[in-house]
Amino acid sequence: MKEFIEGSHAIAEVIKSCRPGVISAYPITPQTHIVEDLAQMVADGDLKSQFVNVESEHSAASVVLGGSATGVRVYTATSSQGLFYMQEVVFNIAGMRLPVIMTCANRAISAPINIWNDQQDSISLRDSGWFQLYAENNQEAVDFHLIAYRLAEDKRVMLPVMVCMDGFILTHGMETVDIPEQEKVSKFLPDYKPLYKLDPAEPISMGLLADPDYYMETRFAIQETMRKSVGYLSEISREFNDVFGRDYKDLLVEEYKLEDAEKVIVAMGSVCGTIKEVVDEQRAKGKKVGLLKIISYRPFPYARIYEALKDVPKVAVLDKAVSLGAYAPVAVEIKSAFYGKKKGPKVISSFVGGLGGRDITMETIYEVFRRLSAKEVNFDFVDLKPELLKEEYGE
Amino acid sequence: MFGPLIVNPLNSKGDKTGSWRTLSRPHYLHKDCIACRMCLLICPEGCVYGKEKNSFWADYNFCKGCGVCADICPKKDIAMVPEESKDDGK
Repeated sequence: MKEFIEGSHAIAEVIKSCRPGVISAYPITPQTHIVEDLAQMVADGDLKSQFVNVESEHSAASVVLGGSATGVRVYTATSSQGLFYMQEVVFNIAGMRLPVIMTCANRAISAPINIWNDQQDSISLRDSGWFQLYAENNQEAVDFHLIAYRLAEDKRVMLPVMVCMDGFILTHGMETVDIPEQEKVSKFLPDYKPLYKLDPAEPISMGLLADPDYYMETRFAIQETMRKSVGYLSEISREFNDVFGRDYKDLLVEEYKLEDAEKVIVAMGSVCGTIKEVVDEQRAKGKKVGLLKIISYRPFPYARIYEALKDVPKVAVLDKAVSLGAYAPVAVEIKSAFYGKKKGPKVISSFVGGLGGRDITMETIYEVFRRLSAKEVNFDFVDLKPELLKEEYGE
Repeated sequence: MFGPLIVNPLNSKGDKTGSWRTLSRPHYLHKDCIACRMCLLICPEGCVYGKEKNSFWADYNFCKGCGVCADICPKKDIAMVPEESKDDGK
């Protein structure tokens, strides 16, 4: 049913329909509304679930790890510093192959403290063994949670999924969202049947010491599973389309007006909506521009990106995160997709923007297209204020 | 693909950590043993077995070669031998 609804509330609604048995979270802006809503639903008896209040994100992650290990569908959500506080448990969840679903309401990282949006938090955990799906709008955010549970609980996968939605822009944004009906959700996402679980009647141990004789195989197994999951995503996407009538194609990328495009921006998340507006305006003026939206950042779809961009002469990658001291996190992946290949863009320029909630406006996107020239740039930021860079301390 | 993730009860015995041993291992001489059991009690791995005099031995599948059994033996009836030697430890 279509509703005009806040992003966070829409997420809470879809999580309710996914019927998690254990929810644990610690409130942090801008994730708060999601877990507030879920806590209310549990308190009102609308959702039969255990909502475990905890004293920190480390404990919240540990509770969902434990819940998942006992064979129950679980959910948590966090942001920024909260995600970092969860970090060691985040790696444990993936290492133990537990299908935990987390919403990351993307927010900047301290210091200086900043509660506004960029994608530094989830990007920084890209090596953790979690899938990362980035939503452009609230409909995608809602749908990706359903897909996330199906993917994570797939017997061939058994890995956690982080659904990343831009803090405030999506979490606090009001949009019309088609909230999936319970019958359809139950059809698409049946009750969770674990492959293995902690059960006193049939005891097993999980997450034990693995010495040098064993450890490497567990990591290789996750790597292989991630690699193969690129294909599972499109399978699940087709089934999703059959039930809900929304087609996310292969769920890896979205190509927007790429045919004959000469200049293309690559980006992730809500900024893609703004870029589409600019692309439409430019196309109306006969300019051959386009957008490649990355949906799945982990696993990173190298082959798919090669196909999409191999005939595009100039590509700009717009990152909302930065790997300090190195190329930007999405840019480095895009570049490596073409390394040593016959075809590919002549220029792959990297731009960092929108950090700490600085709005990426349509003018910003025009600026990126303007700066995307024959000369490749790598360490560029957009919308910098030069006057603030004059502050100096010391001699 | 999963790899070795889940362990059933007692299965950890299959993890033969004796492969960590590097330099030397205990050789039970079986000459002057008085069955005081000090070697069995002090072994941090619990991998020394035996009951009667001159019957004690270390399970090399788990022995790390730390040498405390040889050190504590009041009769000097345990010798540490180089890992390369062909001795079977009994």
